[in-house]
Amino acid sequence: MSDESVKPPAPLTPWDSLRRHTPARIGLERSGASLATGPLLSARLAHARARDAVHEPLDETRLGDELGVLGLPVVVVSSGAENRQQYLLRPDLGRRLAPGAETLLTPHAQGDIDVVFVITDGLSARATQSHAAPLLAAIVPLLQPDWSIGPLVILRQGRVAAGDAIAAALHARIVVVLIGERPGLSAPDSMGAYLTWRPRPQTTDADRNCISNIRPEGIGTSDAAFRLVYLLREMRKRQVSGVALKDTSERLEIGEG
Amino acid sequence: MYRATLSHTVHTFDDLATLLAKASPLRSGDVLAGIAATSSEQRVAAQYALADLPLRVFLDDHVVPYEADEVTRLISDTHDAAAFTPVAHLTVGALRDWLLSDTATTGVLSALAPGLTPEMVAAVSKICGLQDLMLIASKCSVVTRFRNTVGLPGRLSVRLQPNHPSDDLRGIAASILDGLLLGAGDAVIGINPATDSPERCHALLSMLDEVRQKLDIPTQSCVLAHVTTTLDLIRRGSPVDLMFQSIAGTEAANRSFGISLALLDEAHDATRALKRGTIGDNVMYFETGQGSALSANAHHGVDQQTLEARAYAVARRYRPLLVNTVVGFIGPEYLYDGKQITRAGLEDHFCGKLLGLPMGVDVCYTNHAEADQDDMDALLALLVAAGVNFVMGVPGADDIMLGYQSTSFHDALAMRDLFGRRPAPEFEAWLAKHGLTAANGRIRPREMPGPFRALLPDATQ
Repeated sequence: MSDESVKPPAPLTPWDSLRRHTPARIGLERSGASLATGPLLSARLAHARARDAVHEPLDETRLGDELGVLGLPVVVVSSGAENRQQYLLRPDLGRRLAPGAETLLTPHAQGDIDVVFVITDGLSARATQSHAAPLLAAIVPLLQPDWSIGPLVILRQGRVAAGDAIAAALHARIVVVLIGERPGLSAPDSMGAYLTWRPRPQTTDADRNCISNIRPEGIGTSDAAFRLVYLLREMRKRQVSGVALKDTSERLEIGEG
Repeated sequence: MYRATLSHTVHTFDDLATLLAKASPLRSGDVLAGIAATSSEQRVAAQYALADLPLRVFLDDHVVPYEADEVTRLISDTHDAAAFTPVAHLTVGALRDWLLSDTATTGVLSALAPGLTPEMVAAVSKICGLQDLMLIASKCSVVTRFRNTVGLPGRLSVRLQPNHPSDDLRGIAASILDGLLLGAGDAVIGINPATDSPERCHALLSMLDEVRQKLDIPTQSCVLAHVTTTLDLIRRGSPVDLMFQSIAGTEAANRSFGISLALLDEAHDATRALKRGTIGDNVMYFETGQGSALSANAHHGVDQQTLEARAYAVARRYRPLLVNTVVGFIGPEYLYDGKQITRAGLEDHFCGKLLGLPMGVDVCYTNHAEADQDDMDALLALLVAAGVNFVMGVPGADDIMLGYQSTSFHDALAMRDLFGRRPAPEFEAWLAKHGLTAANGRIRPREMPGPFRALLPDATQ
């Protein structure tokens, strides 16, 4: 080990101050040209956590209990995907509801529903498990009593478009889908919120608004609640969602700095 | 109708697209599209039938109709019959034998490229094993130039990919410095912007150009925005070295990307007119990936690997500097696991090289795919052995903006050490000048050179 190339980068190298500007894995310690054992294991741990996040099931009972205190009915339905592997391989099944799901929903299709919230595992059950209930606890008081809120729908193995069928079954004007996003190496528990005004069969992603990266290290609960309620109010006022609302919400984000 | 008889069982395939799809090694995207072989034996039967198919059939029988698709028209109208002559009498199976033979030298393969169509090379790839894909590709040489020379024998270049989730200029600069110190960036310093906002892209382009000029780096930069955004930025005077665009293998899939051949023609002309390349005028950077056409519902019942090869026909019209297949990015519904990603990466590299393209591969995977870093280590080594022009360099292999794992600066250095590959010659001289190369020629930075230090985000504070 006399080769001086095995030494870590010189102590003067100012990586510590550079790391303030980026969460990227810069200035990693080397052995020869390769990663030293420390950063190697650190990357492996991050991948292990992301993998676990993808395959961890949603604890519906616990989530149902946490949502129950909000005073709204809680309904649990499944998508067309029967298990995790099928969910990963067949995105089309995750966008549909399982046979019989609508019969569970229709008893709740009473009166005028302004907005229905759908909570689904997506690609990270850990994200919705951790962040959905606190977010809804912040949002519901901001909307009541002006807004009529539908049942809180827990959806197993869901993708965003499955929310459209749920809104249709409940005759809801707006659907908000809270879903676990694809886990990144540095963010295994990121939740997204997808908002759609009057979803129809021909609705595409361009018709939706999205708040991404909801997690403590990204967009925190109160910030996300503020943005979500803002978008909901704009949506109801202007009766549109998607690209037409995009500019306004972006300005808002910049304004919040 | 195509057929093969195996032990008295006759397997039939209705048309060329069906034959190609059934002959494709298993991958989840073809299953999702409902066009994959229904049994392992049917797959091999299709490979038998495909092996017997004369190459001439591909000139008349189009998997996507000529009238309906400008990519098919491009392939058909620009086919070089004279270049095709040496293999015109062969079947797909005989082409494999010929490609493996000592007749098919580097020079012969370069001359053949304009005579091959994407469907021909896709077909032969389907009956090749991984070893064949590597051996044949390694005989191809595609060299391109802008401010340096990419793709020379014995060289391995790296795209430095310094992405940041909010396009923070200081954060991106920090990643660039890290990559340069570790010998990355000779293919391009290329940023995927977090948004397509023209103002942000202009700021990023200006910063890249400033870093390149201050350090006098013999390389090129790129912000991977949509072609229309970059065209507007060119009109407004932004320093654009390379024009980037994602492309696919059908007109409809390209339409879903918001592009057409006419638009790419315009973009290519506008970028060449800037004359920013000092030693060459290869100005285009394209990215592709199996599954993009199916994902855009624009696949015409054609398998994803054949469609990927058709995207290379789009690319070669523009003599690009770099073509990068982002092989594992799209997710497990198209390439399920490490095995499928590995095969796809080698197929793409093989097809692109045979068609005369400067192929690089983003060896990568997402966290919901059945793959891990070991799979990437293996594919990376196989590609370097096969002579890949360039790979990605991402800090710690973790792209914090796009949320997937690619290859790291360290991975690229390990491959250069393992296979004795060196950076582009101009860039190699620049690394040596700044003292980043050890006496044995290996890249071993010991400290940050003075000129680099002056560019630190905090240097002025």
